[in-house]
Amino acid sequence: MHELSIAMGIVDVALDEAKQRGVQVTAVHLRLGPLSGVVKDALLFSYEVACQDTPLQGSRLIVEDVPVVIFCAQCKENRTLESVQCFACPQCGAPSMNILQGKELEVFALEIEEEEVTP
Amino acid sequence: MNEPRLVEVRRNQNDVIARALREQFRSAGIFVVSLVSSPGSGKTTFLEKTLTQLQPRYRVAALVGDLATENDAIRLARSKAPVKQITTGTLCHLEAAMVQNALQDWDLCQLDFLFIENVGNLVCPSSYDLGENLRLVLMSVTEGEDKPLKYPTIFNSADVAVVTKNELATAVEFDWEAARKSIESVRPGMQIFRLSAKTGEGMQDYLDFLAQHLAEQRAPAHK
Repeated sequence: MHELSIAMGIVDVALDEAKQRGVQVTAVHLRLGPLSGVVKDALLFSYEVACQDTPLQGSRLIVEDVPVVIFCAQCKENRTLESVQCFACPQCGAPSMNILQGKELEVFALEIEEEEVTP
Repeated sequence: MNEPRLVEVRRNQNDVIARALREQFRSAGIFVVSLVSSPGSGKTTFLEKTLTQLQPRYRVAALVGDLATENDAIRLARSKAPVKQITTGTLCHLEAAMVQNALQDWDLCQLDFLFIENVGNLVCPSSYDLGENLRLVLMSVTEGEDKPLKYPTIFNSADVAVVTKNELATAVEFDWEAARKSIESVRPGMQIFRLSAKTGEGMQDYLDFLAQHLAEQRAPAHK
């Protein structure tokens, strides 16, 4: 269970961006692939914990699941894998380690609000 | 109240540090191997033998990640190689920043090989690039042939597999073909070494493999 460490890293990135831009972050968008080794539910739970007592408290973590896609050299096609236990083309069965996506663990966007100037 | 708007960022903090480390290793001309395995698979014995057997020809050092004790560092120090313990406290894995901190007072140019022994864990280390040149996953014959299928992510993220404690293979009726198949399923084309760190059987092929990688790592710089 290392999702809390991951969540704290995500919060650090968002806080850093918020500070640099002088904005309030309301949601963090994350791309997550099965090969990142991170469990989504555990991460969502950990995110709430990691946000506590920071300016991100109450913000949302929006996770976009990225499937594993390999390139099959036999079919000359990109194929989506159903299981990470078998790195082979689901159509022709040829093994492939040509992984095009599925390792993602990346903050790719933030929803922000400009900080209102208090008179 | 202003409408929320979306700004694009692309960041994974650990990857940024890992990239810097990899560049640092490249410019120092060293070859860095990280070791991952489950607890008790024999990482420390394997590493001790690796350090001892490389030493006549190469300058070697090790970083060892562990939750609490410094026992592994003490064991590895018997090889006379420089060894530093990274005690992670409650953390179940190493992160690139920990490696960076641990290396701060080391002159990497004085080394040929650096080994990084991760915390014994087949789950969490898969999420962290440490900037290593080669990730080695170790499994022992006593753990069962289907370990790769149970932990596909870590096997997939590794570059080479070592099946150790081969001296016990007959006693535990280890099915080598089944093990090879399960590794091949989660990581097609992966090079596999079958050896016994205890008896030394099979170690030479693996040491030659490391030497070859070091030579390749240094080759472009001398062109």
